[in-house]
This record gives sequence, C-alpha cells and structure tokens, in this order.
Amino acid sequence: MAPDYILSIDKLTVSFDGFKAVDDLNLNLDRNELRVIIGPNGAGKTTVLDLICGKTRATGGSVRFKGHEMLGKAEHKIVRAGIGRKFQTPSIYENLTVFENLEISFPRGRGVFGCLTFQRSEDVVERIKKVAEEVYLADELYMGGAYLSHGQKQWLEIGMLLMQDPELLMLDEPVAGMSPSERHRTAELLAEVAKGRSLLIIEHDMEFVAKIAHRVTVMHLGKVLAEGSMEDIQANTKVQDVYLGH
Amino acid sequence: MKKFYNNVIGGKQGAASFIILAVLLMIVFPTTMSIFRLNLVGKYVTYAFAAVSLVLLWGNTGVLSLGQGIFFGLGGYCMAMFLKLEASDPITTKIQSTPGIPDFMDWNQLTKLPAFWVPFRSLPFTVIAVIAVPALVALIGGFALFKRRVGGVYFAVITQAIALIFSLGIDGNQGYTGGRNGITDLRTMWGWDIRTDHAQYILYFASCLFLIGCILLSNFVLSTKIGKVLLAMRDKEERVRFSGYEVASFKVFIFVLSAIICGIGGAFFVLQVGFMSPSLIGIVPSIEMVIFCAVGGKKSLFGAVYGALLVNTAKSLFSESFPQLWLFAMGALFIAVVVLFPDGIAGLWQNYGKRLVAWIGKMAAARPAIAGPIGEPVEK
Amino acid sequence: MILLAYTTSEYFSIFVMQGFAGLSLFSVLLLMALGLAIIFGQMGVVNLAHGEFMALGAYTVYLCSNLTQSFFPKFGPYYFILAIVAAFFVAGIVGYLVEWLLIRHLYKRPLDTLLATWGLSLIMQQTLRSVFGAREVTPTLPDWLMGSLKPSDTIDIPINGLFVMGLSLLVAFGVLLFTFRSKMGLRMRATVQNRIMSGAVGINTKAVDRFVFALGCGIAGIAGAAFTTIGSTGPDSGQRYIVDTFLVVVFGGAGSMLGTVTSAFTIAQAQSVLEFFMEGTMGKVTTLAVIVLVLMLRPQGLFPSKVRT
Repeated sequence: MAPDYILSIDKLTVSFDGFKAVDDLNLNLDRNELRVIIGPNGAGKTTVLDLICGKTRATGGSVRFKGHEMLGKAEHKIVRAGIGRKFQTPSIYENLTVFENLEISFPRGRGVFGCLTFQRSEDVVERIKKVAEEVYLADELYMGGAYLSHGQKQWLEIGMLLMQDPELLMLDEPVAGMSPSERHRTAELLAEVAKGRSLLIIEHDMEFVAKIAHRVTVMHLGKVLAEGSMEDIQANTKVQDVYLGH
Repeated sequence: MKKFYNNVIGGKQGAASFIILAVLLMIVFPTTMSIFRLNLVGKYVTYAFAAVSLVLLWGNTGVLSLGQGIFFGLGGYCMAMFLKLEASDPITTKIQSTPGIPDFMDWNQLTKLPAFWVPFRSLPFTVIAVIAVPALVALIGGFALFKRRVGGVYFAVITQAIALIFSLGIDGNQGYTGGRNGITDLRTMWGWDIRTDHAQYILYFASCLFLIGCILLSNFVLSTKIGKVLLAMRDKEERVRFSGYEVASFKVFIFVLSAIICGIGGAFFVLQVGFMSPSLIGIVPSIEMVIFCAVGGKKSLFGAVYGALLVNTAKSLFSESFPQLWLFAMGALFIAVVVLFPDGIAGLWQNYGKRLVAWIGKMAAARPAIAGPIGEPVEK
Repeated sequence: MILLAYTTSEYFSIFVMQGFAGLSLFSVLLLMALGLAIIFGQMGVVNLAHGEFMALGAYTVYLCSNLTQSFFPKFGPYYFILAIVAAFFVAGIVGYLVEWLLIRHLYKRPLDTLLATWGLSLIMQQTLRSVFGAREVTPTLPDWLMGSLKPSDTIDIPINGLFVMGLSLLVAFGVLLFTFRSKMGLRMRATVQNRIMSGAVGINTKAVDRFVFALGCGIAGIAGAAFTTIGSTGPDSGQRYIVDTFLVVVFGGAGSMLGTVTSAFTIAQAQSVLEFFMEGTMGKVTTLAVIVLVLMLRPQGLFPSKVRT
C-alpha cells in the first residue's frame, strides 16, 4: 500500500527566464510530521512555500495535498483546501484590531454573500478569545494591529493561521527578529500547534530547529541536498560544507 | 433595532450626519429656494449619486474608476428612452414621415423602431433596466479586469477609454441614440407631466430620498464583514487571498453596486433635467465625478454629497461670472485636494471642525457667572 | 457603412493612401507614446497632462513661425528644424518644473498623481487658451514640407507625412541609443529595475526621475511639432490623443520599445483604414473597443516585460 503522505511534492521546478530557483525538487511529508527546511540563502526555501501556496506559478512538477493537485489553483482555493501560510515578514492587517484580524481568518463566510450575512455569533467570539489566549494576545484583543510589537505580530499571524484551522501549516522563519524569551514561548506555541497538524517550517536558528524538528530537509541551489533527523544532518559532511560549517 | 441603528445609520455620529443632511435637503432648500434653483440643486443631487458610488469604489475599495459617467449615462439613457417613446406617440408625431418613432430617428430616415428600443415602452422594464444595464456592464467589465488582477492606474485609464468609447459610440449613431444632441423634448412619464413645477418638487424629493437610501444601503454593506475585508484589502491585498478570500469577487461586487447607484442617479437626472446626452457620459464628466467625491472626502458617504453640491455650485457661479477662471479653479482644486486635503471636507471636519465646535462649546459653557480676580472665569 | 463599390485597384490605392495617412497618425502616436512610456516605466506615473505638453510643443512651433515671419523673413524655410528643437526644450523645461513642483510630492501615489496631472492639464489648457485664444492656429509650414509624391496616378503620398514619420523613427532610435548607450540611460535603467539598490550605490534617483519626466515631456513637445504638419492646433488638441496614447503604451506592453512601436503602428493603421470605411468617429470607436477587449483578455499587452519581482 502506498504511504499516505499529506503533502507530496514531485519534480517541482520553477524557472525565471532560465534561472531555476527550484530544480526538480522531491519532498514527502507525513501526517502530523513537523519538517524543518534549512539551507543557505538563495537555496529556494521560501520559493518552495510560494509555489505550494500559489503565490508563484511553477513551471513544472506536481504538488499533491491529500491526494489533490494544488499547482495552478488560485491562492484562496488552496487556503480553503487546508493549507495555511505564514510569511517571513509579519503580515497582519495593520488597520484592523487583533480581534478583527482573527475574525477575518475564521473559515466561515469568505465569499461575498457569506460576508454580507456573517454574524459575529457566540461560537466565533469564543474561538477568537481562545486562539488569542494561545498566542499570548488575550490582553491585546482590541488593540490595533499596527501597535503590536514585532514578536506580537508574529504571534498574531500564527493566531490567524490557527483560526483558519489548516491541516498543513507552512511557516517562514517564525522566530526571526525575536528575543530569546520570545523564541522560547514561540517554541512552546508551535509544539501545541503541531498537535494534530502537519507543519513545514523554514528556519535558520539551529537551536530552535533542534528543539522542534521531527525531520530536517536541507536545500541547496534549488535542490534537496540531504534529509533526515537533526543528528543525521549535523553529521552529514556535504551539509557541513555548504551550510553548517565545521 | 439597535443593530439597524448602528450598522445602517452609523450610531450617534451617523444619525447626526443623517439628520443634518435630511433637514438640509428636504426642508431648508425647498423652503428657501425658488423652484428654478431647487431644480438645479436636484441636478446636483443626482451627481451626488455618482460621488457616493465612488466613495464605495474608490474610498473604501481603493479602485479608482474614471468612467462612472458610463453607468450614470446608461441609467439615464434607459429612462430617457422610455420617456422619449412616450413623447413620440403617433398623434404627437403625425407630421413625421414615420409617425410613432422619436424625431431624431425620423430625421435619419429610419422607418421603424430599432429592436433594442421596443422593450422601453414599458415602465416596469425601464425601471429594471436602469438597475440591470449598468450592473451588467459593470459585472462583465469588472469580472474581466479584476479576475486578471488589473488594478490601479491601468484600470483607471481603461475605464476612461471605455467612457470614451461609449460617448463616441453614442455620438456617432444619431439614428439609434439621438447622437450628439442626445435625447430631448421629454414630456410625460406614464401620463404624468414631468415638466410642471409640482412634478419638479416631487421628483426633487424623490431624488433626495433615493440618495439617502443609497447612503444607508452603502452604510449597511460597509458595516458587514465586507467592510473589514475591504479594509484588509486596502492594507495588504495579496495577503487577503491567503486568508481564503477571492479578492476579485469583492471588487466586482462593489463595482456593480457602485454602477447601480450611478445608474439610479442618471435616471433621476433625466427626470429632473429633461434630457440625456453623450456629453454627460464621457471622460470629462466622469472625472468631475471623482472631484466631487474627493472634495467631500473619499471615504465619507455624506461628505460626497456636500462635495457634489459645493463643487457644482462653485461651477455655476464661476461660469456665470468668470468663465475663463473656472478651468483654472477646477485644475487647482484637483491639485489642492490631492496634495493638501486628501481627506476632503470630511477630513477637515474630523480634524478641525470638530475641535472648533468643541472649543466653541467650551467657551460658551465657561461663561462666568461671577468674574474672578483679573477677569478670570470661575466655574459656578 | 462599408461601400463595396470600389474596384480591386481602387481598394489597393485606398489602402496605400490610408496606410500613409495612418503613418502620420502612427508617428504622432509613437512620439506621444514614447514620452508617456518612458515616464510610466520610470516612475509608474501616468501623466494625464501629456497631451498638453504636446500642445505646448505645437504652440512653440507656431510662435517660432510668427517670430520668423515678423523678424527674420529671409530665414523662412529654415526655421522649422530649430522650432522642433525649441519645442523639445520648452516642453522639457516645463516638464522639469512640473516634476519638481508637483509630481515629486506624490511619489508612490500613482492614483493621486493621475488626478493631479488631470488638474494640471486643465490649468495648462486654460493657460494656452488665454494666451493664444480659443481658435485653432497653424504655423506657416516651410515649402519643402508641402505637396506630395505621386508614384502612380491614384496614389498620393504627402511629404509632411513622410517627414513626420522620419522624425518619429529618428526620435525612437535616439531614445533607444540614449537608454542603452548613455550614462544617464544606464542610471535610468538601474532605477527602474531596482530603485533601492540604485540609491544605495549612489545614483540620485530623484534627479533621475526629474530628468526622465522632463525628457518624456520634451518628446511630447516634438510630437506637438510633428502634429503641426498634419493638423491645426487648439487649446484642447492635447485631449484628443491622451487616451489613445495610453492604450498604445499598455497594449504594447509597458516595458518594451518594440512593443510601443508595434502597438502604435497597429493602432494607427487600424484606425486609419477603418475611418475610411466607417462613418465619422466609428473607426476610432471600433479600434478602441477592440483594443480594450484585447486588453481585458491579455492585460500585459503584446510584449510584456518578464521581470522577477
């Protein structure tokens, strides 16, 4: 019986006028796995996430999520299929409050008529409050998004993803720009978030990676250089040459 | 009920604005102006429909359309066609070569009514058309452009091009559309003479009521989750897609709504002013509608009405006394609004007007009952 | 509508003549589009007053014509070339001032720039009207521009059309040379491709913007000079071509010289030929309608630039 991967990337390629940012990439993600992608700058890590969530158009290959092909689909359809993406720079709606940011991410009434008839009912409010607590923003619920600190914006974005309740979460450098204590809290948060979900994370902070990763994929020049547990990767000479250093 | 108050009227602030506008339009103007001047105001009120439509489209959704004249004109032409057909009954037109058809068709040697005119004999059809035709055009155009993520400057100039196409197209086909002179000599609507003073009063009030209705409708739409999505789109349009929303469909919705509001304005224009011509559809009137909206404050529905009233009044005054200066003034107005007052009158009111009123209030309240030493007021 | 009363050879003559009439239109559109495209490519700004810069150039030629007649009548036939240069500089200098006074304050606000430049166009129109009067004027064109070549009995090629076309191609070529061979052209291209980096390596991007805007307006001035050979000029002549010009730029694909030339040619020819067969303005309407439809299906135009954002 073929293994039941939640995400199955096959020969994924994107070429910009001849330059292959992602070159024939293969990657399979198990359900409930937390995979971290590492690699030097320019390796194509963010591009892979862009390709999966539809931000960039692939020029070849296939990306199957729960058996369905995602390449070529519109971004909002991919989101509704169950894939959530967090961006490298915190991408929240600055002119909405924390509450409204979370509300807008609630997966109900996302069409025009759905929005016209959307009611801020009990269950919505409950869920928003619950998620706000999980991401350490319960006290800032009615603060405008623009007034949050950098770390809080990152947490809010994770909160927005949680509201969407995706089966696959993709996070691009979730602790970039955070203080050590913020990193610690984020690691705890992600550990909670990972329960029952599959995660694909890009990170540079090796300590952080070691703490949370189940498996690690190393990318270089648009291809997969090595894949395995953190120990395997750290011992891998090719990886040491390219990225980790001796 | 409370929800209605908050969402449709806009709470305490909205209620105040609403009452002030209603009183101004429906009580102050009719009682202080001659029917001639009131009719002018009525015309400006119809332009206000277009300005309101732009508040929705431009102020709230960030989509600048330089072609709202198209929809204003489409609604207007639908109504004009109905009224013209009614005024062209076989008895009144018996001196024509072909009685029973509009005069301009006769001059162009048409011998029968073109097919697309025939349904406009019916008032119910016309009323539906006033709403449906602009909506349909906006739906098709909007869909084609927004789905392909055409926006910003591109979209604006393409709407300008479409306005040009419509106005030239109508202009060049006198036999079918009345051509450059437009459709004139309109008399009655279902037997009711629209040219009498009495009728003008009624049409004026009707326009005002519908305008206020459109404002309330817009308030409602913006108070739903759509308003929040639009806010989010103005901040980070790309990101909204990743929250699971199809951005194009929202833009199309607002575009269609704005087109409908414009179309209704156009129909009332024809009823009050008594004619429709391609000069109201093209590039220049469409961009003037933008200035009405901008002067009022592009995010403010009520502001748009005042903007339309003020700019048009200024235009009338200038054109009478200093016609050469008017273009200068309007050009300067465009630049001033964009560079100096991007939030228009509404913005000025929010920032300075309110403070002024509060200050006046404070001064009035602090009037001393007893004068303290050296004339300092003492609160009693 | 379409009259089927011509013989084949007559059709051929019609096409050739309309083709040449189309070439005059092509030249004016090309020059206008070049100016607009340079500015749009550089700053993302659509200058709705671009037509007025063209009118400014045309009026400059008119002034030169009058001056020559009044003070240097012997110079008569030769003034025209100098007038074209004058048109370029007058329009360019005004453009420079406009950028400095107005446009640079609206950086990163393209929709607001659109509205502000419309306001500017109203002011410029009224200024021209106040100074030169509302009636249309024509400069006295030199003799060598008059008349036409007659390769055959039915074909009549006006010389002014050929001159204008030659001028446009010369300018287009000049712009190409400038963009790819000069230092300023290099700075221009760098700023377009990566403004932040260009600033970081010491390019004064604001000065480049100002220069490019002035250059675009100057080219519009040349378009105006060219325009005087084929039509008379009034204060609202600028309005006539602004929408067409923008469509030419967008239809061609905003980043591409080849696109602009192809697009101008196609649109001018289509309009010309259709104008012959259709009444009044329907030729123009049909051409515009087709372009808009094509743009709805393919908004990136004929030759889109492939830049990785």
